[in-house]
Amino acid sequence: MEIAEKKGQKLVVSVSPHVKSEESVDRIMWAVTISLVPAFVMGVYFFGPKAVYVTALCIIGSLLSEAFVEKLSGKEYTLKDGSAFLTGALLGLNMPVTVPFYIPLISSFVAVAITKQLFGGLGYNIFNPALMGRAFALITWPRAMTTWALPTAGFIAIDAKTTATPLGILKEEGVSKLIELFGDKGNLYTQLLVGHRAGSLGETSVIAILIGAAFLFYRRYLSWQIPLAFIATVGVGAWIFGGKAGLFTGDPLIHMLSGGLMLGAFYMATDYVTCPTVKRGQLVFGIGCGFITILIRLKAGYPEGVMFAILIMNCFTPLIDRSFVTKIFGAKKVAP
Amino acid sequence: MSTATFPMGGIHPPDEKELDSHCPIETMKAPARVMIPLAQHIGAPCVSMVEVGKRVLIGEQIGNPQGFVSAPVHASVSGKVVSIENCPNAQGKMVPAIVIENDKMEEWAPLEDDPDFMQRPADVLLKRIKAAGLVGMGGATFPTHVKLSPPKEKRIDAVIINGAECEPYLTADHRVMLESPREIVYGLKILIKVLNVGKGHIGIENNKPDAIQKMSEAAKEFPDVEVWTLQTKYPQGAEKMLIKTVLGREVPSGGLPMDVGAVVQNVGTAYAVYEACRYGKPLVERVVSVTGRGITTPKNLRARIGTPVSQLIEECGGMKAGASKVISGGPMMGFSISSLDVPVMKGTSGLVVMLESEVRNGRSGKFGNCIRCGRCVEACPMGLMPLMFSVLSEKGMYADTNDYHLLDCFECGSCTYVCPAKRPIVQQIRLAKMLGKR
Repeated sequence: MEIAEKKGQKLVVSVSPHVKSEESVDRIMWAVTISLVPAFVMGVYFFGPKAVYVTALCIIGSLLSEAFVEKLSGKEYTLKDGSAFLTGALLGLNMPVTVPFYIPLISSFVAVAITKQLFGGLGYNIFNPALMGRAFALITWPRAMTTWALPTAGFIAIDAKTTATPLGILKEEGVSKLIELFGDKGNLYTQLLVGHRAGSLGETSVIAILIGAAFLFYRRYLSWQIPLAFIATVGVGAWIFGGKAGLFTGDPLIHMLSGGLMLGAFYMATDYVTCPTVKRGQLVFGIGCGFITILIRLKAGYPEGVMFAILIMNCFTPLIDRSFVTKIFGAKKVAP
Repeated sequence: MSTATFPMGGIHPPDEKELDSHCPIETMKAPARVMIPLAQHIGAPCVSMVEVGKRVLIGEQIGNPQGFVSAPVHASVSGKVVSIENCPNAQGKMVPAIVIENDKMEEWAPLEDDPDFMQRPADVLLKRIKAAGLVGMGGATFPTHVKLSPPKEKRIDAVIINGAECEPYLTADHRVMLESPREIVYGLKILIKVLNVGKGHIGIENNKPDAIQKMSEAAKEFPDVEVWTLQTKYPQGAEKMLIKTVLGREVPSGGLPMDVGAVVQNVGTAYAVYEACRYGKPLVERVVSVTGRGITTPKNLRARIGTPVSQLIEECGGMKAGASKVISGGPMMGFSISSLDVPVMKGTSGLVVMLESEVRNGRSGKFGNCIRCGRCVEACPMGLMPLMFSVLSEKGMYADTNDYHLLDCFECGSCTYVCPAKRPIVQQIRLAKMLGKR
């Protein structure tokens, strides 16, 4: 064994602690990206190879946007940290599969260049970048962003002429029409769980999203507060206010299993940067998201409200963080 | 056996204790020259009582404490005082120190063996502790006699011996517990007597089952001594966490352990208390874990106070190629030293030598943006929001950190350990503490 020279050797001096965990931002971002694979695979299965094309365009657009802004502002490239890739992937999963090529590209520019980089880069953005990109697309190209392809795989239960999402049908024609289209209630739930329905290409399969989320829970990258509060609030709200026959007659499961709720609750609302940091605040945040979602779904013009709900609650994150600070050790005087 | 622990936060770094927890304590030969700093404790530094040229004996007092919060220092070798000069300490400060050249006579100042020490009244024992220059040997170096002399209005009802040794790598306390359990229990009995409390506790993390067993055996005959098995979780050995765990009491924000009726002393200190009261032996040597992947043969050494760190490293076969950082203390709260000339002091619990490959992150100094993941909040044993300290400090808004209870942070480093962006949060906290005073 070699023995280092003692004299003249320079020692590294730094502030404690001198050991650090293996965890890194890169690892988290790539793990979250990997956890999206089941949802992506289901999207490809139901909507065909074009799902790959749309998602790839979003990812490429995101990476280029990130590099472009960093080049302009003379910052170090951060493509390796995986956050731009993840934003692109999430944006892709939030797109209808039928969109023309320029929508993914321009939306990912809005997501990464404007929403994230112009606000200071990773950690400084106020709004969830992918959702901001999608909101921009929905408002700019409303028709293209609400033209839903029929799932091509498996058995068909939806009327071939209809290209509305289950939430769209629910809004326009009511719950009985929706059940009728799927045969019966049981089949409706099954199809919603599997993801065999019209919608954004990565949002439809509840099971696939839950598999990804389970992986993130296992790795402790995800805590339960926001998803649970969000989904439960939507369920309770749908049950109380969603029925035609009066209060407490709504069907919570249809609302909980459809639209972008699962993808939004597990992947978008829980974005570290734009959600509150303290657990109690996260509960409030999740409840707020659920409340606004159900408000939009039942009362506003759009059939789906998850995206706007999260973006609106993003605005409240600093306020929630200030209001729900942690309880510090020793704050309460204890008599000996 | 149930394992107790503190309620909030905490982390589980690899404990790395297998490197030298099996190494019995070896007594190191006294070095040719010792450098004994006059400030080895929290509080006022001592004033030298000797002049250059004077011959001193082992255990002879050479530094006179100034004020109440101070502790005397003693010669650790016999020989001639060759100079009184500034020397670097582990914290990187220059401090006045007495340099003694060892005449190899190993001549001790007269010691008084007192087999009936337990019969002596509390004030006599306290005097012996004070005269021996005892300080907290876990690293905090708070003078022991001060902790043992609480103001009258503070009613103390429990004393806890800290055998958690929650810092990774370090095994000095572990070895002392294995090799001198009875002495530690006697040390605790002395503390119980001096403080006039009904109960003494010994807390040990459950990664040291052999120490728990030894200590329990040694304590068996004393009904007023209880050994606690603690969960292995950093920073279990922090005073506030230990008190919360054992007594269920929270030291109030800004308060001291005595505010909840508790006094905590380290295992090494308890051992030294015994030696001081039994033999009148002052603190002239201590056990130091020399360990880490960068040291050739990890060892637990009983070294004289004032021995240069370089000699301990030599005693362990030197540093391996690629060694690039030497930490005085543990890796979570210890200080990386810039020179191997710094002496072993009363608070030097270990030397951890790390390889270049283990400190890469420390060399680049680069860190990322805070992604607000909240891992630091989850890890903080004090229930603080370290990310706010970090971000505000980075922006130079030091004073604003006080809104988030900056001063409750005791810099355990858990937040910095878990931070995925590798932000130097403790460093930023220290900056804010210095520059953010309101």
